[in-house]
Amino acid sequence: MPYRLNINGAVRQVDVPAEMPLLWVLRSELGLVGTKYGCGKGFCGSCTVHVNGAAQRSCQLPVGKVGDAQIHTIEHIGSTALGARLQQAWLTIDVMQCGYCQAGQIMSACALLAHTSRPSDDQLNSAMAGNICRCGCYNRIRSAIRIAAGLEQAEAGRVA
Amino acid sequence: MSHELPVAGLERRAVLKASLLAGGGLALEALIPLRVLAGDATEEMSTAPVQLSAFVAIAADGTVTIVSKNPEIGQGVKTSLPMMVADELDCDWSQVRIAQADVDQHRYGEQSAGGSTATPKNWLPMRQTGAAARAMLVQAAALKWNVKADELTTARGRIVHGATGRSLGYGEVAAAAAALTPPDLNAVPLKRPEQFTVIGRPVVGIDSARIVKGEPIFGIDTRLPGMLYAVYEVAPAHGGRLVRADTDAAKRAFGVRHVLPITGNGDADNGLADGVAIVASNWWLAEQARAKLAVEWDLSAAKGHSSSVYRANADAAIAAGRGTDLRLDGDPTAQLAAAAKRIAARYDYPFIAHAAMEPQNCTARYRDGRLEIWAPSQTPQRGLEVLHKALGIAPESVTLHLTRAGGGFGRRLMNDYMVQVAAIAKAVPGVPIQLMWSREDDIRRDYYRPGGWHSFEAGIGANGQLIAFSDHFVTFGDGKTPARAAGFNPAMPPAGLIPHLRYSQSMMPTVVTTGALRAPGSNALCFASQSFLDEVAQAAGTGLPQLMLTLLGERREIAARDNGVPFDTGRAHDVIAKVIETSSWSQQPAGPGRAKGFAFYFSHRGYFAEVVEASIAGADVTAHKVWVVGDVGSQIINPMGAENQVRGAVIDGLAQALTGQAIEFVDGVVQQSNFNDFPLARIPMTPEIEIAWVRSDKPPTGLGEPALPPVIPALTNAIFAATGRRIRSLPIRLSA
Repeated sequence: MPYRLNINGAVRQVDVPAEMPLLWVLRSELGLVGTKYGCGKGFCGSCTVHVNGAAQRSCQLPVGKVGDAQIHTIEHIGSTALGARLQQAWLTIDVMQCGYCQAGQIMSACALLAHTSRPSDDQLNSAMAGNICRCGCYNRIRSAIRIAAGLEQAEAGRVA
Repeated sequence: MSHELPVAGLERRAVLKASLLAGGGLALEALIPLRVLAGDATEEMSTAPVQLSAFVAIAADGTVTIVSKNPEIGQGVKTSLPMMVADELDCDWSQVRIAQADVDQHRYGEQSAGGSTATPKNWLPMRQTGAAARAMLVQAAALKWNVKADELTTARGRIVHGATGRSLGYGEVAAAAAALTPPDLNAVPLKRPEQFTVIGRPVVGIDSARIVKGEPIFGIDTRLPGMLYAVYEVAPAHGGRLVRADTDAAKRAFGVRHVLPITGNGDADNGLADGVAIVASNWWLAEQARAKLAVEWDLSAAKGHSSSVYRANADAAIAAGRGTDLRLDGDPTAQLAAAAKRIAARYDYPFIAHAAMEPQNCTARYRDGRLEIWAPSQTPQRGLEVLHKALGIAPESVTLHLTRAGGGFGRRLMNDYMVQVAAIAKAVPGVPIQLMWSREDDIRRDYYRPGGWHSFEAGIGANGQLIAFSDHFVTFGDGKTPARAAGFNPAMPPAGLIPHLRYSQSMMPTVVTTGALRAPGSNALCFASQSFLDEVAQAAGTGLPQLMLTLLGERREIAARDNGVPFDTGRAHDVIAKVIETSSWSQQPAGPGRAKGFAFYFSHRGYFAEVVEASIAGADVTAHKVWVVGDVGSQIINPMGAENQVRGAVIDGLAQALTGQAIEFVDGVVQQSNFNDFPLARIPMTPEIEIAWVRSDKPPTGLGEPALPPVIPALTNAIFAATGRRIRSLPIRLSA
C-alpha cells in the first residue's frame, strides 16, 4: 500500500503493508535509524517517537493508522528548543553508557516536559517508566530531565 | 620514512615506528608486548594475543588522531584509553579525534572487551606512547630553534621556549618529528599524577554527541546499498537439530527474497547452529514470514533438560555427599564437628540472560571470495576463528569493521550472530545482509549466566570466631570441566582467611549454552557466600562488616592460586572501613521494616564494599539508598564514565535480585521471551547511589564489573535485618 507520511516536517512516500509498524518504515524503508528496536512489543520504549507531539511506541503503531499525523523522530528533535535543551542536558552530565536506548529516553522526556514543564519526582518516574535503560543510567536520566526543566543546576563536566 | 627502535630489556621487544603522515605530520605506532595480567588467562580471554598497540598521529594543523582499537560496548574505553595518550602527549582534549580501528590482529594486537582488563593492560603503554610522541615533537622543536630539548616545556598542544618566549603548535613540527629516531619507549619520562591534565578529569564520551542526535553508530544502524534483512530461525529447544524444512509458503510471503535452510557444523555452542534464514527487503517482513515456515526439528537431545530436573539433580548431589574437592585447607570435617556452634544453609540462583538493549545483529557481504563484516562484538578476533572453523573462511579473506555495541555485559564475547550472517551472506554472494535477532531470539538463545546451588556449613568457636567453613557447589559441566562461566572460585572468601576450609563441587550436564555475564562467577558466588557469612556473623553475635574485618586480620597480600589474582587484605579492610563511615553503618534507620545491609567482594582486581538501605512492605522491597566504596587503584581515569559504570553495576545487581529475573527450561525450551517475563530495572526503582573511592597506591584497574557483586547480598542482608527473613534463593520472591 502506498502511504504519504509527514515525518520530521517533510512528506515521505512508502509502499508497504498497512500492518507494518512505523518503526520498520523508519528504519528499513526511510533510513531513519535513530529510532531503535528493543523488544517489538511496546515494553522497552527504545522506539519512542512523537505522534502529534505525544510519545508513542513506533513498534506498536501500524503505518496504516498514521494517516496525516505529524511524526517526529530523534533526528529532528534537536531543531526544537526543548529538544535541544534536553540533548544539551544529556551531554552536560554525559547520561549514557552504551547509548542505545537514549533516543527513546530523550523522546519520552521531551513529551513529558512539553506538557509538564516542572515535573515532580513521581511525574518524572511515571512518564519515564516505560523506557528501559539496560545500562542503568537512571540517576543521570533523572538529573538531565531536571536540568532541562530548570529544576537542577547544570554544571559542565559534573559527575552526577 | 620509517624508523624502528627495539626496546631492550624485555623478553619480547617493544617497537616504536614513526612515519610521515600524509599531508605532513607525525604518525607514531607502538607495538608493545602485552604484560600478561595475573588471572587473565580465564575462559573469557583464553585466546588473547600477546601484544597490544597504540597509534597516535599529529597532523600539520595540530589535530591529534588517536586510534581506539577495542570494541566500545558502553564501558567507555573509546574515551578513557585515548585520554591516557592525550595526557602524556600534553595536548588539549579538544584537539583530539578518535578513529575506531578495524579488526587487525597483526596491526593492533589484542582487540577485545571483557574481564575489566583494558585499563590495567593499557595504563602504561598508552601513556608511554603519548609521552614518546611528545618527546619527538619537543626534539623537533629543539632542532628547529637550535636549543636544548630540556629548555622546552609543553602545554595544551604547544611547545614553549621560556628563555626566549618563542612558542609553536605541535602541528608545526610534526612532519619534522616524523624524521627523527623514536625514543626508547621504556625510558620516556612519564608525568607525575599531579601533572595530569586530562586523566582524572570528567570527560564526556566521545560518541555521546552523536548518540543524542540519533546518528547511525550502532551495529543495527549499518546501511549498505542493496542491503537485505535477515532473521535466523533456530530450533525451539537448545541442542535441537534441523531435520527438514518446508520453505514454500515463507518464500511466497511479501517482500521475502530467500529462504535458506542451513545445516551448521554441529557445534551450536561455539560454531554455527542449524537454522532457517529468511531474507527480505525489510526486517519486519522477514520476521513475519517466520510464521509460514514448517520445520521439523530433532529435539531429542534436549529431553529432560528442565529447570525442575536440574533442581532435583542438585538436591540429589547435595544429599549424596560433597562431590570433588576443589580446595582443602586444614581439617574442616573435624573442626566443624568440634565447633561450639555449627550452622548450615543452602543457597541457589537461577540462569539469567544478558538482554543487552541492542539485540544480536551483524551485517556482512560476501563478494569475490572475500567477506566484509560490520560487527558489534566484544571479541571480534575470536569471531574470525569461529568463521574459520565453522565455514572454512580464512581470517585473511575477511575485513572486519567494529561498530559501537548497544551493551555487551558478556553476551557479545560470543560470535554466534557473526557466523550466522556469514553463512547467509555466503549463500547470496554480492548482497549485503543484515541479520538481526528479535528480542525473543535474544532471550531464548543466550549464553546464560548458569544457575548454581551451594550447601554451606560453618563452625564457630566458643569465642565467637569462625574456625571452619565449607561449601559444596553444584554446577553444570561434563563431569571434568565446568560449562563456560560455571566454575567456582577457590579463592572466594573466607578462603585464605581461616585455617579449616573445604570447597567442593558436583556437576550435571546441560545442553543449554552458558557464558560470562558481567562479573562472571562473582555475581553469583558473592550473593551466596556473603549472605551465608552474614548468617555466620549473626550466629556469632556480630555484624558482617566486623566479621569481615576480623577475618581479614593484619594487612598482607594473600598469594594467588590457580591462575587467580593476589588478594590484598589491607585494601579490603580500607573499603570496608570507609563504607562503615560513609553509610553511617552504626546508625540503623528508624522504623519497622527498614534496615541497612552490608557486603564486600573482590573481583576483577577491584575491591568493593557496599551498603544498601531497604524497606519491606508486604511483598514489596524498596532499595532506598546504596553506598559504594571502591578501590581500583591510584587513579580514576575518567570520573564521568567511572561513576556511571558503578551506578550501572548497582542497578544491574538490584535488577537481578528484585525484578524476578530467571530463565527456566522445559525440555530445553526457554520459558521466557521478552521484557514482560524477563524484566529489567526501570527508573522508579532506582535508589540514590553514593560513591566514594579509596585511592590505594596500586596501578589503576577496570570498572566494568567489580561494583556489581556486593550489591545483591547487601540487599538480601538488609532484608534480613529489617524482617528476619533470610533470602537464600534468587530472584527475591517474598510472600506478603
